[in-house]
This record gives sequence, C-alpha cells and structure tokens, in this order.
Amino acid sequence: MNLRADVTVRPPSRSPARRAWARFRRNRLGYWSLVAFCTIAILSLFAELFSNDRPLVVRYEGSYYFPMVQDYPETTFGGDFLTATDYLDPFIRERLAQDGNWAIFPLNRYGPKTLNYFAASPNPSAPTSENWLGTDDRGRDLLAQLIYGFRVSVFFALALTVTGVVLGVLAGALQGFFGGKTDLAFQRFIEVWGAMPELYLLIIFSAIFAPSLALLLVLLSLFGWMGLSDYVRAEFLRNRQLDYVRAARALGVGNWQIIMRHILPNSLTPVVTFLPFRMSGAILALTSLDFLGLGVPPGTPSLGELLSQGKNNIDAWWISLSTFAVLVMTLLLLTFMGDALRDALDPRKVDQAPAPETQP
Amino acid sequence: MTALLEVRGLRVAFGGIDVVKGIDFSIASGEKLALVGESGSGKTVTALSLLGLATNAHCRGTARFAGNAGSVDLLGLPEPDLRTIRGRDIAMIFQEPMTALNPLFPVGNQIAEVLQLKQGLDKHACAKAVVDLLASTGIPEPARRAQALPHQLSGGQRQRAMIAMALACKPKLLLADEPTTALDVTVRAQILELLADLQREYGMAVLMITHDLNLVRKFADRLAVMENGILVEHGTVQAVFASPQHAYTRKLIDSRPKRDVADLGPEAPTEGPPLLQASDVSVTYPVPIPGLRGWFRKGAFVAVKGATFTITPGRTLGVIGESGSGKSTLALAALGLQPYGGNLQVNGQPWGRGKLSDKALRRSVQVVFQDPFSSLSPRMTVEEIVGEGLLVHQSSMSRAERQQRVLRALAEVGLEEHQFPNLLSRYPHEFSGGQRQRLAVARALIVEPTLLVLDEPTSALDVTIQQQVLRLLQGLQRERQLSYLLITHDVDVIRAMAHDVLVMKDGEIVESGPVAQVLDAPRHPYTQALVASVT
Repeated sequence: MNLRADVTVRPPSRSPARRAWARFRRNRLGYWSLVAFCTIAILSLFAELFSNDRPLVVRYEGSYYFPMVQDYPETTFGGDFLTATDYLDPFIRERLAQDGNWAIFPLNRYGPKTLNYFAASPNPSAPTSENWLGTDDRGRDLLAQLIYGFRVSVFFALALTVTGVVLGVLAGALQGFFGGKTDLAFQRFIEVWGAMPELYLLIIFSAIFAPSLALLLVLLSLFGWMGLSDYVRAEFLRNRQLDYVRAARALGVGNWQIIMRHILPNSLTPVVTFLPFRMSGAILALTSLDFLGLGVPPGTPSLGELLSQGKNNIDAWWISLSTFAVLVMTLLLLTFMGDALRDALDPRKVDQAPAPETQP
Repeated sequence: MTALLEVRGLRVAFGGIDVVKGIDFSIASGEKLALVGESGSGKTVTALSLLGLATNAHCRGTARFAGNAGSVDLLGLPEPDLRTIRGRDIAMIFQEPMTALNPLFPVGNQIAEVLQLKQGLDKHACAKAVVDLLASTGIPEPARRAQALPHQLSGGQRQRAMIAMALACKPKLLLADEPTTALDVTVRAQILELLADLQREYGMAVLMITHDLNLVRKFADRLAVMENGILVEHGTVQAVFASPQHAYTRKLIDSRPKRDVADLGPEAPTEGPPLLQASDVSVTYPVPIPGLRGWFRKGAFVAVKGATFTITPGRTLGVIGESGSGKSTLALAALGLQPYGGNLQVNGQPWGRGKLSDKALRRSVQVVFQDPFSSLSPRMTVEEIVGEGLLVHQSSMSRAERQQRVLRALAEVGLEEHQFPNLLSRYPHEFSGGQRQRLAVARALIVEPTLLVLDEPTSALDVTIQQQVLRLLQGLQRERQLSYLLITHDVDVIRAMAHDVLVMKDGEIVESGPVAQVLDAPRHPYTQALVASVT
C-alpha cells in the first residue's frame, strides 16, 4: 500500500510574514523610503545634539562645563548676573573664545524656543549665515523649529497610530468574533459615536482644559479607531467561519486562543497595510489642528503653527516654503511606504517562484 | 471530413514558464472532443488561448479555424477580428454559472445583449429570440425566467441560461469548460443530455474540458488526455478506454475509488455500545421574515429534521446528498459545533453538558474538512497546526515530547522528515492539496479520536490524489478501529468507503441501510436518480 506522498525538494521554509517582507524589500522606492524615514525619525530623537542654544562642552579657565545637562549662571563665565547663561550673547561668546577657553557648539546654534535678539534684520528675518532658514515672526530660528516640530509630529502620530490600532483591533475583534447581538450593539454605538462632531468637541475641550499634547492624544484617539475596527471586524467575520477555525473549535481550543492564535494573525493584513497611511493622516490631523490654533500648547514647536505664520507673513517666503517642504517630504515617504506595503501584502501577488503545481 | 479547428504546436507561457508545451489536435465540424486532465495540466488555458482570453499569456503555434470568413489563424488574429469571432463562431460556457452571469441583470437581458451585438436584432425580435432560446434549453416557463435575476434561478437553470447565451448565434464550435462540475450529480446528467441534444440539433462541434471520465464516456466521440501541458494520448473514446496506451491515461482510468475496507456485514457483531447515537436530531437556522412581523421575530429554516442513526466502532456511515440537503449541518451537529434539537450522544454523553464534559468529548470526535486550503491556517507551522490538539488536551506535555508525537502522527499519514527537510517548521503553502489533506488528517488523529467526521474529504482533490487519500483513510480505519461519519455527494466514494449509508434530501433522511442494499436496490426515487447518474 502506498501511503507515502511523493518526494518534493523545496528550499527551507519562510513564514508568510517573511515572504511579505521579501516582497516589500523588492520594491526599492518603498524600502528606501522606510530606511530614510526611520533614519530621520531616529536622528530627530537626538535633535538636542544638532540644534541647541547651548554648547555641548565648554572649557573655561581650566575646567570643563556641560551646559547641555546643567544650567550655569552667567557669573561662571565672567558675566554680571546670576541668571542662566545666554550662550548667544556676544559678550559670553567673546569670553569663551579667549585664549585657552573653547566651546563646542551644536551644528545649529538655536533651540526651538531660542529668540535671536541679535538678528541683523527685523523679525521675521530672511535666511542668513546665522539663521540658515531665517527666523519666524518672533525671532525663533526656523530650522530648529522645523527639526523639533517634525519630532513632535512624528512621535505624536506614532502614539496616535498605536492607540488607534490597539483600540480598533480590540473593538473589531470583539464584534467580528462574537457577532450577533454584540456586533449589533457595537455597530450602533459606533454609529452614534462617529456622528459626534469631533472638531467642536476639540474646541470645547480646549476651552475647558489647558491644552496639552496628552489631552490632544486622548481626544483624537477616542475618535481615531473606528475606521480600522470596521476592517478588522470584516476580517474576523470572514475568518471565524473558515474551516481552520472550525477545526480548532472541534479540537476544543478556547475562544481566547482561537482569537489570538488563529484569527488575529490572519486578520492583520488591513491593519498593517494602513499603518503608514494612518501615520500620515495623524500628522496631517495634528498639523491642521495647530494651524487652527486648537492643537499643541503655545510655544511647542509645531509644523501647523509654522504654516499659520507663513500664511500671516506671506512675504516671508522662507517660513511657508520650508515648512511645506518638510511636510511634503514626510508625507511622501509615508505614502511610498504604504504603497509598497500594500503591494507586499496583496494576496494576489505571488513570489518570483511560480506557484507550486498541484501534484501529489 | 475537413477540420473545423486545427491546432498545431500550441505553446502557452506565463512569465516565461510554459504551461502548455506544444500540443496538436483538431476538431472536425460536428465532432465532440473531450480534453481531459487534472488541475494544472493546462487544459483550461488551452481553451482560453484559442479565444485570446488568456490574460498575460504568451501564445505561440497556430490554430487554424474555418470560420464564416474563411480560414483564419486564431492565435495571430488582431483583437477586433477575434471579438467578432467570439460568440458568433466560437462560444464558451464556464464552470460556475453564478460567477459567469452578471448578478445585476435579468438573464434574458444578458442573452439579448449577445443577440443585439452579434446579429443586430431589434428589441422586439430579441425578446422573442431569447424566449425561444431558453425554451430550447428546457427551462420551464421561459418567458418568466427571462426576467429572473441569476440568483433567482437554480444552479441547473443558470447553466441552461449560460448555454442559451452561448448558442444565441449558433456557433460552429462550443468550448465547454467543466460545464457540470459545479452542479449536483442528478442535474449533471440532465445538462449533459441537453448539450448532446443541442449539439445534434445545431450540428456544432464541442470541445469539452473536464476531469471527469464518466462524463467523457457518456458524451464525447474523441478524447485527448493532457498531463503537465503535454498531450499524452488521443483517440476515439472506445479505443482509449478499451486499451489506454500511456501510463497516465491508465492511472486516470484506474482512479475510480476502490473498496478496501474491512468487510462487516450488517449482522457482524459490534463490540460495545454505539459510538454515536442520534435520535430525532433536528437543526434549524433563524431566517429573517419579510414585512413588519420580521421586526419582532425570526422564521426558522429547518436544515435537518428527525435524523436518527447510530455509528458503531470500526464502521463507516456514509451520508450522501446534494448541496443544501443538510448533510454538512448534520456533521457540525455531530461535532457539537452547531446547536441541535433531539438527542445526540457520543459515547453515551450528549453535547453541551458543560465545558469540561465537552472538552473530553472533543477528544473522541475529530473532523477533516473538504477544502485543504481553508482548513489549515496559513500563518502557522506544521508543528503548531498538528500539535495544537496536544496543547489543548495534554497541556503538561513537554515540547520535545510533543514534537515526537507530531512527527509520529505525520509519519502515519505518509509525511516524513526525510522527504520534507524541516517538516515541522514548514508552512501549509508549501504542500500540495493532497499533502495538505494529509496534514488535516494528522491534526485530527493526534488526539486519538474514536470517531472521525469526514466532510467531503476528497471532493476538492484531483481524481488520482483522491484515490490516495481514500486509501490512507481505509488503512487508518483498519489499523485503529476508527469509525467514520463520511459526508459526500459522490456515490463512488460511498461505494468505496462506507458500510452503511444515509441518503439525505432537503434535510430529511429518505433512505438508509447497508451500502450494498441501498445502492444496488434503491427504493426511493431520489436514490434511484442518484445511482443512475453515475453508472
């Protein structure tokens, strides 16, 4: 009796996730967008090292100082006041440049909140060798603002995406898996919840509470999960009646295990596909709220606030153009990643190798 | 007789890989040629390439067709010329009439569209021609059916409508791609008869693509066998069936399931109490009621009513019936996955006595589903899939021990490490349909059940693989004294596997008894039709 299936020799196994990653890598635009975006985002975490109004290290009269981590009164460097040193002050600079003394400044000598009191022309001032991209209408360095604003945007968007995905997957999974009355109740709740005017709520809340990034994150998260939960729900509804789930039930596997081991991994495709698009959506949301003045508290570096400055100072082209460029670059990188990811996860796309012939 | 279609050296390639590797055949006008092969043999692609419908394919060779406008080479023809030939000279009918018809238009309109396009008939003449065409395909009340949307027709009626559409312009050649595969067995015979009648009446040639040798024997004049894109044998049906020359043809003809089960007569002694005892089991599904009353309560659709049967150790109970007869629902009820009414006991225990009692029962009843592609999670490794039952029922087992058990279960179904290096860490997509079905059997066997529910275990497989899987199941039954509840629509599978059989129709058991008695001397008219459809 021939019980044996015929021999087939195939290369070692790769999981579906790894095959999708291989397909993603094959899309060069998307792959390099991911690399570039991650590099910029990680570099922006260390923004203090590139763009700061304090020197990294100071050598003054034989001893070392680290203004980055500690405040030194001006008297330390021969000034008159006990206030924290302003390292942009020409007097202090002169002292630090004297014989034997030196200071290593960051690449861009301005922080996000530093006002340049010593600019040659009135604010907003055009790009100079001091302020490479000029200053805004309060005299803050534009390059520093953009760097810090990008950091705030990206990590705010990341946090918003994470909370949105967690809530959306949870809600969608519950609806899709249990179906029936649970599904019905949740769907009606989502309809009611989704009908709430988000913008008015934000305006009302910004009047009641002190605006802060955390408050904004909570408010936006409350409304950001609904779109995703619909996709996850549909996937769960489809997958839960597939034979492998039935087989698991017949084996006596519990509900929680079925969700975690069987249905969830097979339902995450839309979630992963939408991640970059959700990120770019979140960045845009924050930017537009800031533009309207409903977003981050005043003084926080923000791309939206810069855009609104650009609108108010239409002749200060450096403000609007450079902010626009940063936004376009960020959103483009995310969109390229999203496109590549969508292609990589498309079930109709096959690997380079032909599909296995259905032979014994 | 001159050839209507003469194909020479046809090669079809997708992305540089030849799927059809240089085949020659010809069809004379009025001839019925059957192209036979398993899935992946290139038979459908051959037909599609003749009409220029194989997307992204690279076709070489010649296909001379003697159409109304003289002899042309179909493969070299520009698209506009092909379009005039499609439907007028060569028509095609597909396997699945539900997807081949547009669900949003009445079938009459879809047939009329062909007539308007190809023959330029006006509206009034069209409507009359449509009704005539539908009448000629034997649809009752053709005038009313012409107004029906595809979902309002039964599967057989839809296929008749497709045939009417294909015949609208009296083509010289009809390409029929598995025209009966999606239909119930009793309907298959009718459709085949209809095709044969119409073929005689219109005097057209038919190229029938199929994997079903029964069909070929009944229908075709000549036969061409394809394997992996190569035509391995052709000749008249009588000659090929009488003395097949090629090994593959012999294998195909020989692939009818063979009976190889322990012969237990109806009076053979059975040890112990019955494994599964069902009396008066019924299953209903809630369905919405139209109108205001539907707001307050739901109607009930009775999927299974009053099913009474027993399964004893070491025996196979076959359940046969067409789609919608409630046989799969009955299987789900036996598995405790579907709430039911009446009394159903596994080893003397009913389902639903509480979590612990159900969990213990699940160990003794396991299942193998029809579709090997949807029954294995694509994101789990073989070890995870097969070992899952052990995780549930013997959670204290160490990983190394579990791996040993998984390997042993896999070896039992004929999958071994030396054929598949890293067998345990492989994913289902690397296995063929038959191998996946073996994995599904291993997953069920690892918890050492006494009853295995087989829900159409072979109907998604090619005939030769079907035979292997059935042989595996027969062997396992003998070795382990397993009982099977075998759900199928295929009389041949029942004949090969079952000791007893239930015939289901519209949720009711219409006939039951030992296989020999029921299938050789059927009493119920439905059983008679069923048996007649395969012999």
